[in-house]
Amino acid sequence: MRWIWIDRFTAFEPGKSATAVKNLSHAEDHYAEHFPGFPVMPAALILEGLAQTGGILVGEANQFREKVVLAKIPSAKFHAEAHPGEQLTYTCDLIDLRAEGGVVSGRVTCGDTLICEAEIFFAHLDSNRARQAFGDDNFVFSGELSYLLGQAKLATKQLPPAG
Amino acid sequence: MTNDEILAKVRTLLVDALSVDDDEVTPAARLNADLGAESIDMLDIVFRLEREFRLGKIDRNELFPESIFAGDPEFVEDGVVTPKGLDYLREKLPYADQSKINAFAKNPKLDQIGDLFTVDLIVRFVAKKLAA
Repeated sequence: MRWIWIDRFTAFEPGKSATAVKNLSHAEDHYAEHFPGFPVMPAALILEGLAQTGGILVGEANQFREKVVLAKIPSAKFHAEAHPGEQLTYTCDLIDLRAEGGVVSGRVTCGDTLICEAEIFFAHLDSNRARQAFGDDNFVFSGELSYLLGQAKLATKQLPPAG
Repeated sequence: MTNDEILAKVRTLLVDALSVDDDEVTPAARLNADLGAESIDMLDIVFRLEREFRLGKIDRNELFPESIFAGDPEFVEDGVVTPKGLDYLREKLPYADQSKINAFAKNPKLDQIGDLFTVDLIVRFVAKKLAA
């Protein structure tokens, strides 16, 4: 199963902000169970998309050298439901970045409707745990995410090559 | 800034970081045992202190010396903090209430060390940083 919850970056300002969109399709599996006859995107998946947007923003700030992992969501508020056929816009602003990790302030909108606001805290794995435990290969920014990193590059002219 | 003013800001910051009620954040409250803070929360708290008080970059070891928590064999033996570990603790936490460190030193079990890390310790740390 693919675990990519954004479709495309529409704007990317390195070290500052990132905007991505996600088109919601009734064909997505989660709608079958959540809920039968009343499809609502699970809030945790909305947050996952926001975290992917923010995680790439934090990763790019160090040219994807760090293994960026979601460490904590200190706050998240949900204001409206997200339904099939809608397009979500994920916007993240980098509010703190240091050797140990970074913090983004994010919001999710659908048109003019505010869906979700959250603060997300990312840690740099090697700065918090021994390097030998995880090795030099950066498994975070590889595989499935490679396509998205390319999309992020397209959304800005200043991005260096990923990897 | 007075210590009461610092405490008020620290309280707001801990309410945000740990999702606790503000009346739980008393000076004596222990970050881990009373407020449920885990190791990643300590990093979050350090980030928030920097932003709230404009302290510049804080080395998190200044506030939460990790070598001891991680059980560095030089500092911890059989679950007990060694004399060298106690010296390190005093050196790292000069702003702490020394009587509390002395009390801990009488029976320095590693699993009790979290009791030293209270809201009051953070207030003292910020006061020292602001005075510097």
